[in-house]
Amino acid sequence: MAILRKDLAIEWRTKESVPAMALFTITVYVLFHFGLDRDSLDGELASGVLWVTLLLAAVIGVSRLFAAEREQGGIDGLLLAPVDRTALFLAKAAVLFLYLVALELVAVPAFVVLLLGPGLTGGLPELVLILLAANIGLAAVGALVSALASETNARELIVPLLLLPMLVPLLIAAASATEPLLRQTAASEDLGRWLAFLAGYDALFVLVSLAVFDYLLDD
Amino acid sequence: MYSKGFKPLAIAAVAFTLLAFGMVFFFAPNDADQGFIQKIFYVHVPMAIVALGGFVAGGIMAIKHLRTGDRSWDLRSYVAIHMSIILGVGVLITGAIWAKASWGHWWVWDEPVLVSFLVVFLLYCVYYPLRFSIEDPERQARYSSVFAIAAGAFVPINFTAVRMAESLIHPRVLSQTGGNLPADMRLTFLVCLVAMTLLFVTLWKLELTSKHASMQLKRLRRRLEASAA
Amino acid sequence: MPALPLDEAGKYVAAAYLVFLALLIIYVAIMGMKVARIEREIGELLEEVERSETVKPSQDGEPSPQTARQDASPEVTRTGGPGP
Repeated sequence: MAILRKDLAIEWRTKESVPAMALFTITVYVLFHFGLDRDSLDGELASGVLWVTLLLAAVIGVSRLFAAEREQGGIDGLLLAPVDRTALFLAKAAVLFLYLVALELVAVPAFVVLLLGPGLTGGLPELVLILLAANIGLAAVGALVSALASETNARELIVPLLLLPMLVPLLIAAASATEPLLRQTAASEDLGRWLAFLAGYDALFVLVSLAVFDYLLDD
Repeated sequence: MYSKGFKPLAIAAVAFTLLAFGMVFFFAPNDADQGFIQKIFYVHVPMAIVALGGFVAGGIMAIKHLRTGDRSWDLRSYVAIHMSIILGVGVLITGAIWAKASWGHWWVWDEPVLVSFLVVFLLYCVYYPLRFSIEDPERQARYSSVFAIAAGAFVPINFTAVRMAESLIHPRVLSQTGGNLPADMRLTFLVCLVAMTLLFVTLWKLELTSKHASMQLKRLRRRLEASAA
Repeated sequence: MPALPLDEAGKYVAAAYLVFLALLIIYVAIMGMKVARIEREIGELLEEVERSETVKPSQDGEPSPQTARQDASPEVTRTGGPGP
Protein backbone atom coordinates (compact mmCIF):
# COMPACT_ATOMS: atom_id res chain seq x y z
CA MET A 1 0.00 0.00 0.00
CA ALA A 2 2.83 2.36 0.90
CA ILE A 3 4.55 1.66 -2.43
CA LEU A 4 1.33 2.34 -4.27
CA ARG A 5 0.89 5.66 -2.49
CA LYS A 6 4.53 6.61 -3.06
CA ASP A 7 4.36 5.83 -6.78
CA LEU A 8 1.15 7.75 -7.23
CA ALA A 9 2.63 10.71 -5.34
CA ILE A 10 5.70 10.71 -7.56
CA GLU A 11 3.54 10.47 -10.66
CA TRP A 12 1.36 13.30 -9.41
CA ARG A 13 4.39 15.48 -8.79
CA THR A 14 6.41 14.77 -11.89
CA LYS A 15 3.51 13.97 -14.27
CA GLU A 16 5.77 11.71 -16.25
CA SER A 17 3.96 8.61 -17.46
CA VAL A 18 0.26 9.31 -17.91
CA PRO A 19 0.51 12.60 -19.83
CA ALA A 20 3.17 11.05 -22.07
CA MET A 21 0.93 8.04 -22.72
CA ALA A 22 -2.07 10.27 -23.48
CA LEU A 23 -0.06 12.46 -25.81
CA PHE A 24 1.23 9.35 -27.51
CA THR A 25 -2.28 7.99 -28.16
CA ILE A 26 -3.42 11.25 -29.76
CA THR A 27 -0.33 11.23 -31.96
CA VAL A 28 -1.05 7.67 -33.02
CA TYR A 29 -4.65 8.62 -33.90
CA VAL A 30 -3.26 11.34 -36.15
CA LEU A 31 -0.88 8.83 -37.70
CA PHE A 32 -3.74 6.41 -38.33
CA HIS A 33 -5.83 9.18 -39.85
CA PHE A 34 -3.14 9.92 -42.42
CA GLY A 35 -1.90 6.36 -42.73
CA LEU A 36 -5.37 4.99 -43.48
CA ASP A 37 -6.50 8.21 -45.16
CA ARG A 38 -9.86 7.98 -43.42
CA ASP A 39 -11.76 10.68 -41.55
CA SER A 40 -13.90 8.30 -39.54
CA LEU A 41 -13.76 4.65 -38.68
CA ASP A 42 -16.29 2.10 -37.57
CA GLY A 43 -16.61 -1.58 -36.74
CA GLU A 44 -13.51 -3.76 -36.99
CA LEU A 45 -11.19 -1.01 -38.13
CA ALA A 46 -12.22 1.32 -35.32
CA SER A 47 -11.84 -1.30 -32.63
CA GLY A 48 -8.50 -2.42 -34.04
CA VAL A 49 -7.12 1.11 -34.16
CA LEU A 50 -8.33 1.85 -30.64
CA TRP A 51 -6.83 -1.29 -29.12
CA VAL A 52 -3.54 -1.23 -30.97
CA THR A 53 -3.11 2.39 -29.89
CA LEU A 54 -3.90 1.57 -26.26
CA LEU A 55 -1.48 -1.36 -26.21
CA LEU A 56 1.30 0.73 -27.72
CA ALA A 57 0.66 3.42 -25.12
CA ALA A 58 0.79 0.74 -22.43
CA VAL A 59 4.33 -0.08 -23.56
CA ILE A 60 5.37 3.42 -22.43
CA GLY A 61 3.78 2.93 -19.03
CA VAL A 62 5.35 -0.49 -18.59
CA SER A 63 8.85 0.65 -19.47
CA ARG A 64 8.53 3.53 -16.98
CA LEU A 65 7.08 1.38 -14.20
CA PHE A 66 10.31 0.82 -12.30
CA ALA A 67 11.93 4.03 -13.54
CA ALA A 68 11.70 5.91 -10.25
CA GLU A 69 13.36 3.10 -8.31
CA ARG A 70 16.07 2.63 -10.86
CA GLU A 71 17.03 6.27 -11.15
CA GLN A 72 17.28 6.79 -7.40
CA GLY A 73 18.75 3.37 -6.68
CA GLY A 74 15.43 2.79 -5.03
CA ILE A 75 15.04 -0.90 -5.83
CA ASP A 76 17.79 -1.69 -3.36
CA GLY A 77 16.18 0.60 -0.81
CA LEU A 78 12.83 -0.95 -1.51
CA LEU A 79 14.18 -4.45 -1.14
CA LEU A 80 16.19 -3.72 1.96
CA ALA A 81 12.96 -2.78 3.63
CA PRO A 82 11.10 -5.99 4.40
CA VAL A 83 8.59 -5.74 1.61
CA ASP A 84 6.79 -8.86 0.58
CA ARG A 85 7.31 -9.57 -3.12
CA THR A 86 3.62 -10.30 -3.48
CA ALA A 87 2.78 -6.89 -2.07
CA LEU A 88 5.33 -5.30 -4.39
CA PHE A 89 3.82 -7.01 -7.41
CA LEU A 90 0.29 -6.06 -6.41
CA ALA A 91 1.33 -2.45 -5.81
CA LYS A 92 3.09 -2.16 -9.14
CA ALA A 93 0.22 -3.81 -11.00
CA ALA A 94 -2.23 -1.48 -9.23
CA VAL A 95 -0.14 1.55 -10.23
CA LEU A 96 -0.16 0.39 -13.83
CA PHE A 97 -3.90 -0.31 -13.66
CA LEU A 98 -4.58 3.22 -12.43
CA TYR A 99 -2.30 4.70 -15.09
CA LEU A 100 -4.27 2.80 -17.74
CA VAL A 101 -7.61 3.96 -16.36
CA ALA A 102 -6.36 7.55 -16.36
CA LEU A 103 -5.05 7.11 -19.88
CA GLU A 104 -8.34 5.70 -21.12
CA LEU A 105 -10.29 8.56 -19.59
CA VAL A 106 -8.46 10.73 -22.12
CA ALA A 107 -7.80 8.32 -24.96
CA VAL A 108 -11.28 6.86 -25.42
CA PRO A 109 -13.17 10.20 -25.56
CA ALA A 110 -10.44 11.54 -27.86
CA PHE A 111 -10.94 8.53 -30.10
CA VAL A 112 -14.70 9.05 -30.20
CA VAL A 113 -14.24 12.71 -31.11
CA LEU A 114 -11.39 12.34 -33.57
CA LEU A 115 -11.94 9.10 -35.41
CA LEU A 116 -15.09 7.22 -34.50
CA GLY A 117 -17.79 7.51 -37.15
CA PRO A 118 -21.02 6.21 -35.63
CA GLY A 119 -20.42 7.45 -32.10
CA LEU A 120 -20.89 5.34 -29.03
CA THR A 121 -24.58 4.58 -29.19
CA GLY A 122 -25.42 3.00 -25.88
CA GLY A 123 -22.41 0.69 -25.83
CA LEU A 124 -20.70 2.60 -23.07
CA PRO A 125 -21.29 0.24 -20.10
CA GLU A 126 -20.09 -2.72 -22.14
CA LEU A 127 -17.03 -0.81 -23.31
CA VAL A 128 -16.16 0.14 -19.73
CA LEU A 129 -16.45 -3.51 -18.74
CA ILE A 130 -14.14 -4.61 -21.56
CA LEU A 131 -11.65 -1.87 -20.74
CA LEU A 132 -11.54 -2.87 -17.07
CA ALA A 133 -11.13 -6.55 -17.85
CA ALA A 134 -8.34 -5.79 -20.32
CA ASN A 135 -6.65 -3.41 -17.89
CA ILE A 136 -6.32 -6.14 -15.25
CA GLY A 137 -4.57 -8.43 -17.70
CA LEU A 138 -2.43 -5.58 -19.02
CA ALA A 139 -1.44 -4.60 -15.50
CA ALA A 140 -0.48 -8.15 -14.50
CA VAL A 141 1.52 -8.88 -17.66
CA GLY A 142 2.97 -5.37 -17.65
CA ALA A 143 4.25 -5.57 -14.08
CA LEU A 144 5.79 -8.97 -14.78
CA VAL A 145 7.48 -7.83 -18.01
CA SER A 146 8.68 -4.65 -16.39
CA ALA A 147 10.29 -6.60 -13.55
CA LEU A 148 11.81 -9.11 -15.98
CA ALA A 149 13.34 -6.35 -18.07
CA SER A 150 14.41 -4.21 -15.14
CA GLU A 151 17.75 -5.94 -14.62
CA THR A 152 18.75 -6.23 -18.25
CA ASN A 153 20.89 -3.67 -19.94
CA ALA A 154 18.66 -3.57 -23.01
CA ARG A 155 15.45 -2.57 -21.26
CA GLU A 156 13.91 -0.34 -23.92
CA LEU A 157 14.41 -3.21 -26.37
CA ILE A 158 13.10 -6.03 -24.20
CA VAL A 159 9.90 -4.39 -22.93
CA PRO A 160 8.07 -3.93 -26.26
CA LEU A 161 9.45 -7.16 -27.73
CA LEU A 162 8.28 -9.13 -24.72
CA LEU A 163 5.07 -7.30 -23.91
CA LEU A 164 3.43 -7.08 -27.32
CA PRO A 165 3.42 -10.79 -28.23
CA MET A 166 2.20 -11.61 -24.72
CA LEU A 167 -0.71 -9.25 -25.31
CA VAL A 168 -1.83 -10.78 -28.60
CA PRO A 169 -4.55 -12.94 -26.98
CA LEU A 170 -5.73 -9.91 -25.03
CA LEU A 171 -5.83 -7.83 -28.20
CA ILE A 172 -7.83 -10.51 -30.01
CA ALA A 173 -10.38 -10.76 -27.22
CA ALA A 174 -10.69 -7.03 -26.51
CA ALA A 175 -10.85 -5.98 -30.14
CA SER A 176 -13.39 -8.68 -31.01
CA ALA A 177 -15.54 -7.75 -28.04
CA THR A 178 -15.39 -4.03 -28.81
CA GLU A 179 -16.00 -4.34 -32.53
CA PRO A 180 -19.83 -4.82 -32.42
CA LEU A 181 -20.14 -1.80 -30.12
CA LEU A 182 -18.55 0.49 -32.69
CA ARG A 183 -20.66 -0.52 -35.66
CA GLN A 184 -23.16 1.77 -37.31
CA THR A 185 -25.94 -0.27 -35.79
CA ALA A 186 -24.65 -1.21 -32.42
CA ALA A 187 -25.24 -4.83 -31.56
CA SER A 188 -23.44 -6.81 -28.94
CA GLU A 189 -22.80 -10.42 -29.76
CA ASP A 190 -20.40 -12.86 -28.17
CA LEU A 191 -19.59 -10.27 -25.55
CA GLY A 192 -19.95 -12.81 -22.77
CA ARG A 193 -17.59 -15.27 -24.44
CA TRP A 194 -14.84 -12.72 -24.91
CA LEU A 195 -15.27 -11.32 -21.43
CA ALA A 196 -14.98 -14.84 -20.06
CA PHE A 197 -11.81 -15.31 -22.07
CA LEU A 198 -10.41 -12.01 -20.78
CA ALA A 199 -11.23 -13.08 -17.23
CA GLY A 200 -9.36 -16.33 -17.82
CA TYR A 201 -6.38 -14.47 -19.26
CA ASP A 202 -6.37 -12.08 -16.29
CA ALA A 203 -6.58 -14.91 -13.77
CA LEU A 204 -3.83 -16.91 -15.46
CA PHE A 205 -1.33 -14.08 -15.60
CA VAL A 206 -2.11 -12.72 -12.15
CA LEU A 207 -1.48 -16.20 -10.75
CA VAL A 208 1.66 -16.84 -12.83
CA SER A 209 3.06 -13.42 -11.90
CA LEU A 210 2.35 -13.96 -8.22
CA ALA A 211 4.03 -17.35 -8.38
CA VAL A 212 7.22 -16.18 -10.06
CA PHE A 213 7.58 -12.66 -8.70
CA ASP A 214 9.49 -13.97 -5.67
CA TYR A 215 12.39 -14.81 -7.95
CA LEU A 216 12.66 -11.37 -9.50
CA LEU A 217 14.23 -8.17 -8.27
CA ASP A 218 16.15 -9.62 -5.34
CA ASP A 219 19.83 -9.52 -4.81
CA MET B 1 26.92 -36.05 -17.25
CA TYR B 2 24.28 -34.99 -19.76
CA SER B 3 25.12 -37.67 -22.28
CA LYS B 4 23.85 -40.66 -20.29
CA GLY B 5 22.04 -43.10 -22.53
CA PHE B 6 22.94 -41.10 -25.59
CA LYS B 7 23.92 -44.03 -27.77
CA PRO B 8 20.69 -46.08 -27.68
CA LEU B 9 18.73 -42.86 -27.99
CA ALA B 10 20.61 -41.79 -31.09
CA ILE B 11 20.25 -45.21 -32.66
CA ALA B 12 16.52 -45.23 -31.95
CA ALA B 13 16.17 -41.73 -33.37
CA VAL B 14 17.93 -42.70 -36.61
CA ALA B 15 15.95 -45.93 -36.90
CA PHE B 16 12.61 -44.23 -36.34
CA THR B 17 13.45 -41.37 -38.70
CA LEU B 18 14.33 -43.79 -41.48
CA LEU B 19 11.19 -45.83 -40.76
CA ALA B 20 9.13 -42.63 -40.79
CA PHE B 21 10.51 -41.50 -44.14
CA GLY B 22 9.91 -44.95 -45.58
CA MET B 23 6.34 -45.04 -44.33
CA VAL B 24 5.55 -41.54 -45.57
CA PHE B 25 6.60 -42.27 -49.13
CA PHE B 26 5.91 -45.99 -49.54
CA PHE B 27 3.20 -46.93 -47.07
CA ALA B 28 0.83 -44.02 -46.46
CA PRO B 29 -1.73 -43.55 -49.25
CA ASN B 30 -2.17 -40.23 -51.02
CA ASP B 31 -4.78 -38.04 -49.41
CA ALA B 32 -8.12 -38.18 -51.21
CA ASP B 33 -8.59 -34.45 -50.96
CA GLN B 34 -5.13 -32.95 -51.17
CA GLY B 35 -3.25 -35.66 -53.04
CA PHE B 36 0.52 -35.94 -52.83
CA ILE B 37 0.89 -32.49 -51.31
CA GLN B 38 -0.51 -33.82 -48.05
CA LYS B 39 2.85 -35.54 -47.42
CA ILE B 40 4.09 -32.21 -46.06
CA PHE B 41 1.77 -32.86 -43.14
CA TYR B 42 4.05 -35.66 -41.91
CA VAL B 43 7.03 -33.37 -41.45
CA HIS B 44 5.28 -30.09 -40.65
CA VAL B 45 2.86 -31.17 -37.92
CA PRO B 46 5.24 -33.37 -35.88
CA MET B 47 7.79 -30.55 -35.95
CA ALA B 48 5.16 -28.11 -34.67
CA ILE B 49 3.93 -30.45 -31.94
CA VAL B 50 7.46 -31.28 -30.79
CA ALA B 51 8.50 -27.61 -30.84
CA LEU B 52 5.52 -26.60 -28.71
CA GLY B 53 6.18 -29.56 -26.42
CA GLY B 54 9.77 -28.36 -26.14
CA PHE B 55 8.64 -24.87 -25.17
CA VAL B 56 6.33 -26.20 -22.49
CA ALA B 57 9.00 -28.66 -21.30
CA GLY B 58 11.37 -25.70 -21.04
CA GLY B 59 8.85 -24.03 -18.75
CA ILE B 60 8.56 -27.14 -16.57
CA MET B 61 12.35 -27.43 -16.30
CA ALA B 62 12.43 -23.75 -15.35
CA ILE B 63 9.96 -24.44 -12.53
CA LYS B 64 12.29 -27.21 -11.40
CA HIS B 65 15.22 -24.80 -11.48
CA LEU B 66 13.45 -22.23 -9.32
CA ARG B 67 12.21 -24.91 -6.93
CA THR B 68 15.53 -26.64 -6.39
CA GLY B 69 17.98 -23.84 -7.17
CA ASP B 70 19.91 -26.35 -9.27
CA ARG B 71 21.41 -24.41 -12.17
CA SER B 72 21.66 -27.49 -14.39
CA TRP B 73 17.87 -27.28 -14.81
CA ASP B 74 18.25 -23.79 -16.17
CA LEU B 75 20.70 -25.09 -18.74
CA ARG B 76 18.25 -27.85 -19.65
CA SER B 77 15.43 -25.35 -20.01
CA TYR B 78 17.57 -23.01 -22.11
CA VAL B 79 18.63 -25.79 -24.46
CA ALA B 80 15.05 -27.07 -24.79
CA ILE B 81 13.89 -23.61 -25.83
CA HIS B 82 16.88 -23.23 -28.13
CA MET B 83 16.13 -26.49 -29.94
CA SER B 84 12.43 -25.60 -30.17
CA ILE B 85 13.28 -22.28 -31.78
CA ILE B 86 15.36 -24.10 -34.39
CA LEU B 87 12.44 -26.47 -35.06
CA GLY B 88 10.16 -23.43 -35.12
CA VAL B 89 12.03 -22.01 -38.10
CA GLY B 90 11.37 -25.30 -39.87
CA VAL B 91 7.69 -25.24 -38.88
CA LEU B 92 7.16 -21.75 -40.27
CA ILE B 93 8.98 -22.47 -43.53
CA THR B 94 7.27 -25.81 -44.16
CA GLY B 95 3.96 -24.24 -43.17
CA ALA B 96 4.45 -21.51 -45.73
CA ILE B 97 5.32 -24.08 -48.39
CA TRP B 98 2.21 -26.07 -47.55
CA ALA B 99 0.05 -22.96 -47.68
CA LYS B 100 1.51 -22.00 -51.05
CA ALA B 101 0.96 -25.47 -52.43
CA SER B 102 -2.62 -25.94 -51.30
CA TRP B 103 -4.00 -22.39 -51.20
CA GLY B 104 -1.69 -20.55 -53.57
CA HIS B 105 -0.42 -18.07 -50.97
CA TRP B 106 2.75 -18.21 -48.92
CA TRP B 107 0.91 -17.10 -45.83
CA VAL B 108 -2.75 -17.49 -44.82
CA TRP B 109 -3.99 -15.65 -41.78
CA ASP B 110 -7.03 -17.85 -41.33
CA GLU B 111 -4.99 -20.93 -40.48
CA PRO B 112 -5.21 -20.54 -36.70
CA VAL B 113 -2.54 -23.05 -35.75
CA LEU B 114 0.09 -21.47 -37.99
CA VAL B 115 -0.78 -17.94 -36.84
CA SER B 116 -0.65 -18.93 -33.16
CA PHE B 117 2.64 -20.61 -33.80
CA LEU B 118 4.05 -17.42 -35.29
CA VAL B 119 3.06 -15.43 -32.19
CA VAL B 120 4.58 -18.03 -29.87
CA PHE B 121 7.72 -18.12 -32.01
CA LEU B 122 8.06 -14.33 -31.89
CA LEU B 123 7.70 -14.36 -28.12
CA TYR B 124 10.32 -17.07 -27.62
CA CYS B 125 12.77 -15.27 -29.90
CA VAL B 126 12.96 -12.62 -27.16
CA TYR B 127 14.43 -15.28 -24.85
CA TYR B 128 17.88 -14.71 -26.35
CA PRO B 129 18.13 -10.92 -25.95
CA LEU B 130 16.66 -11.23 -22.46
CA ARG B 131 19.05 -13.97 -21.40
CA PHE B 132 22.17 -12.43 -22.83
CA SER B 133 21.53 -8.90 -21.65
CA ILE B 134 21.84 -10.06 -18.03
CA GLU B 135 25.45 -10.48 -17.06
CA ASP B 136 25.37 -11.96 -13.60
CA PRO B 137 25.10 -15.73 -14.27
CA GLU B 138 22.95 -16.53 -11.27
CA ARG B 139 20.48 -13.77 -12.06
CA GLN B 140 20.57 -14.70 -15.74
CA ALA B 141 19.43 -18.20 -14.88
CA ARG B 142 16.71 -16.94 -12.56
CA TYR B 143 15.25 -14.37 -14.96
CA SER B 144 15.42 -16.76 -17.89
CA SER B 145 13.50 -19.31 -15.86
CA VAL B 146 10.82 -16.78 -15.00
CA PHE B 147 10.51 -15.96 -18.69
CA ALA B 148 10.31 -19.65 -19.59
CA ILE B 149 7.48 -20.19 -17.09
CA ALA B 150 5.45 -17.16 -18.15
CA ALA B 151 5.89 -17.99 -21.83
CA GLY B 152 5.03 -21.63 -21.18
CA ALA B 153 1.74 -20.51 -19.63
CA PHE B 154 1.22 -18.22 -22.60
CA VAL B 155 1.33 -21.04 -25.19
CA PRO B 156 -2.07 -22.64 -24.47
CA ILE B 157 -3.95 -19.38 -23.90
CA ASN B 158 -2.62 -17.96 -27.13
CA PHE B 159 -3.84 -20.99 -29.06
CA THR B 160 -7.25 -20.70 -27.43
CA ALA B 161 -7.56 -17.04 -28.37
CA VAL B 162 -6.55 -17.44 -31.99
CA ARG B 163 -8.76 -20.50 -32.38
CA MET B 164 -11.71 -18.62 -30.86
CA ALA B 165 -11.21 -15.66 -33.18
CA GLU B 166 -11.10 -17.90 -36.23
CA SER B 167 -14.02 -20.13 -35.31
CA LEU B 168 -16.22 -17.09 -34.84
CA ILE B 169 -15.49 -15.76 -38.30
CA HIS B 170 -15.66 -18.99 -40.25
CA PRO B 171 -16.25 -22.26 -38.44
CA ARG B 172 -14.23 -25.08 -39.95
CA VAL B 173 -13.70 -28.72 -39.36
CA LEU B 174 -10.34 -29.83 -38.13
CA SER B 175 -9.94 -32.62 -40.65
CA GLN B 176 -6.85 -30.93 -42.07
CA THR B 177 -4.54 -31.37 -39.11
CA GLY B 178 -5.51 -34.39 -37.12
CA GLY B 179 -9.10 -35.30 -36.49
CA ASN B 180 -10.28 -38.30 -38.44
CA LEU B 181 -7.38 -39.71 -40.37
CA PRO B 182 -7.62 -43.14 -41.98
CA ALA B 183 -5.87 -45.83 -39.94
CA ASP B 184 -2.75 -46.20 -42.08
CA MET B 185 -2.24 -42.45 -42.30
CA ARG B 186 -2.68 -42.15 -38.56
CA LEU B 187 -0.08 -44.88 -37.98
CA THR B 188 2.38 -43.12 -40.29
CA PHE B 189 1.76 -39.85 -38.52
CA LEU B 190 2.36 -41.42 -35.11
CA VAL B 191 5.63 -42.96 -36.28
CA CYS B 192 6.67 -39.54 -37.62
CA LEU B 193 5.78 -37.96 -34.28
CA VAL B 194 7.80 -40.53 -32.34
CA ALA B 195 10.73 -40.08 -34.73
CA MET B 196 10.63 -36.31 -34.35
CA THR B 197 10.44 -36.57 -30.56
CA LEU B 198 13.39 -38.95 -30.42
CA LEU B 199 15.35 -36.71 -32.75
CA PHE B 200 14.55 -33.71 -30.59
CA VAL B 201 15.62 -35.43 -27.37
CA THR B 202 18.81 -36.70 -29.02
CA LEU B 203 19.78 -33.28 -30.31
CA TRP B 204 18.80 -31.72 -26.99
CA LYS B 205 21.21 -34.05 -25.21
CA LEU B 206 23.90 -33.37 -27.79
CA GLU B 207 23.52 -29.63 -27.38
CA LEU B 208 23.47 -29.95 -23.58
CA THR B 209 26.66 -31.99 -23.64
CA SER B 210 28.34 -29.51 -25.92
CA LYS B 211 27.26 -26.46 -23.89
CA HIS B 212 28.28 -28.16 -20.66
CA ALA B 213 31.63 -29.13 -22.18
CA SER B 214 32.44 -25.56 -23.15
CA MET B 215 31.35 -24.35 -19.71
CA GLN B 216 33.62 -26.87 -18.02
CA LEU B 217 36.42 -25.92 -20.37
CA LYS B 218 36.01 -22.28 -19.43
CA ARG B 219 36.14 -23.19 -15.75
CA LEU B 220 39.25 -25.32 -16.26
CA ARG B 221 40.96 -22.49 -18.10
CA ARG B 222 40.14 -20.08 -15.30
CA ARG B 223 41.48 -22.50 -12.71
CA LEU B 224 44.70 -23.00 -14.63
CA GLU B 225 45.19 -19.28 -15.07
CA ALA B 226 44.54 -18.73 -11.37
CA SER B 227 47.06 -21.36 -10.33
CA ALA B 228 49.62 -20.14 -12.86
CA ALA B 229 49.45 -16.52 -11.80
CA MET C 1 -9.65 -27.52 -53.73
CA PRO C 2 -8.40 -29.68 -56.57
CA ALA C 3 -5.23 -31.63 -55.87
CA LEU C 4 -2.24 -30.41 -57.78
CA PRO C 5 -0.80 -32.71 -60.43
CA LEU C 6 1.92 -34.94 -59.07
CA ASP C 7 4.91 -33.20 -60.65
CA GLU C 8 3.70 -29.82 -59.41
CA ALA C 9 2.99 -31.16 -55.92
CA GLY C 10 6.26 -33.06 -55.87
CA LYS C 11 8.24 -29.84 -55.99
CA TYR C 12 6.56 -28.50 -52.88
CA VAL C 13 6.82 -31.76 -50.97
CA ALA C 14 10.48 -32.03 -51.90
CA ALA C 15 11.02 -28.43 -50.79
CA ALA C 16 9.41 -29.09 -47.40
CA TYR C 17 11.53 -32.17 -46.74
CA LEU C 18 14.62 -30.35 -47.98
CA VAL C 19 13.95 -27.61 -45.44
CA PHE C 20 13.95 -30.24 -42.72
CA LEU C 21 17.12 -31.82 -44.08
CA ALA C 22 18.81 -28.44 -44.46
CA LEU C 23 18.03 -27.52 -40.88
CA LEU C 24 19.54 -30.78 -39.71
CA ILE C 25 22.66 -30.34 -41.82
CA ILE C 26 23.14 -26.72 -40.76
CA TYR C 27 22.77 -27.83 -37.16
CA VAL C 28 25.36 -30.57 -37.61
CA ALA C 29 27.70 -28.09 -39.27
CA ILE C 30 27.37 -25.65 -36.39
CA MET C 31 27.91 -28.45 -33.89
CA GLY C 32 30.97 -29.48 -35.87
CA MET C 33 32.36 -25.97 -35.57
CA LYS C 34 31.68 -25.97 -31.85
CA VAL C 35 33.40 -29.31 -31.36
CA ALA C 36 36.36 -28.05 -33.36
CA ARG C 37 36.62 -25.01 -31.08
CA ILE C 38 36.41 -27.15 -27.94
CA GLU C 39 39.09 -29.44 -29.35
CA ARG C 40 41.37 -26.50 -30.15
CA GLU C 41 40.93 -25.01 -26.69
CA ILE C 42 41.64 -28.33 -25.00
CA GLY C 43 44.79 -28.56 -27.10
CA GLU C 44 45.86 -25.10 -25.96
CA LEU C 45 45.22 -25.93 -22.33
CA LEU C 46 47.11 -29.20 -22.64
CA GLU C 47 50.05 -27.35 -24.15
CA GLU C 48 50.05 -24.86 -21.28
CA VAL C 49 49.92 -27.64 -18.69
CA GLU C 50 52.74 -29.52 -20.35
CA ARG C 51 54.84 -26.39 -20.57
CA SER C 52 54.41 -25.60 -16.89
CA GLU C 53 55.20 -29.25 -16.02
CA THR C 54 58.53 -29.10 -17.82
CA VAL C 55 59.30 -26.05 -15.72
CA LYS C 56 58.37 -27.52 -12.37
CA PRO C 57 60.64 -30.63 -12.01
CA SER C 58 63.73 -28.56 -12.89
CA GLN C 59 63.24 -26.14 -10.02
CA ASP C 60 64.22 -27.49 -6.62
CA GLY C 61 62.23 -26.34 -3.64
CA GLU C 62 61.88 -22.59 -3.17
CA PRO C 63 59.32 -21.43 -5.69
CA SER C 64 60.51 -17.94 -6.52
CA PRO C 65 57.89 -15.81 -8.25
CA GLN C 66 59.99 -15.92 -11.41
CA THR C 67 60.04 -19.68 -11.79
CA ALA C 68 56.43 -20.14 -10.81
CA ARG C 69 55.37 -17.95 -13.71
CA GLN C 70 54.27 -20.17 -16.52
CA ASP C 71 55.73 -17.87 -19.15
CA ALA C 72 59.24 -18.19 -17.73
CA SER C 73 61.24 -20.29 -20.16
CA PRO C 74 62.90 -23.55 -18.95
CA GLU C 75 66.31 -22.22 -20.06
CA VAL C 76 66.29 -19.40 -17.54
CA THR C 77 65.14 -21.54 -14.63
CA ARG C 78 67.77 -24.19 -15.22
CA THR C 79 70.65 -21.76 -15.23
CA GLY C 80 69.16 -19.66 -12.43
CA GLY C 81 68.28 -22.48 -10.02
CA PRO C 82 70.80 -24.58 -8.08
CA GLY C 83 70.14 -27.67 -10.21
CA PRO C 84 70.72 -31.31 -9.25
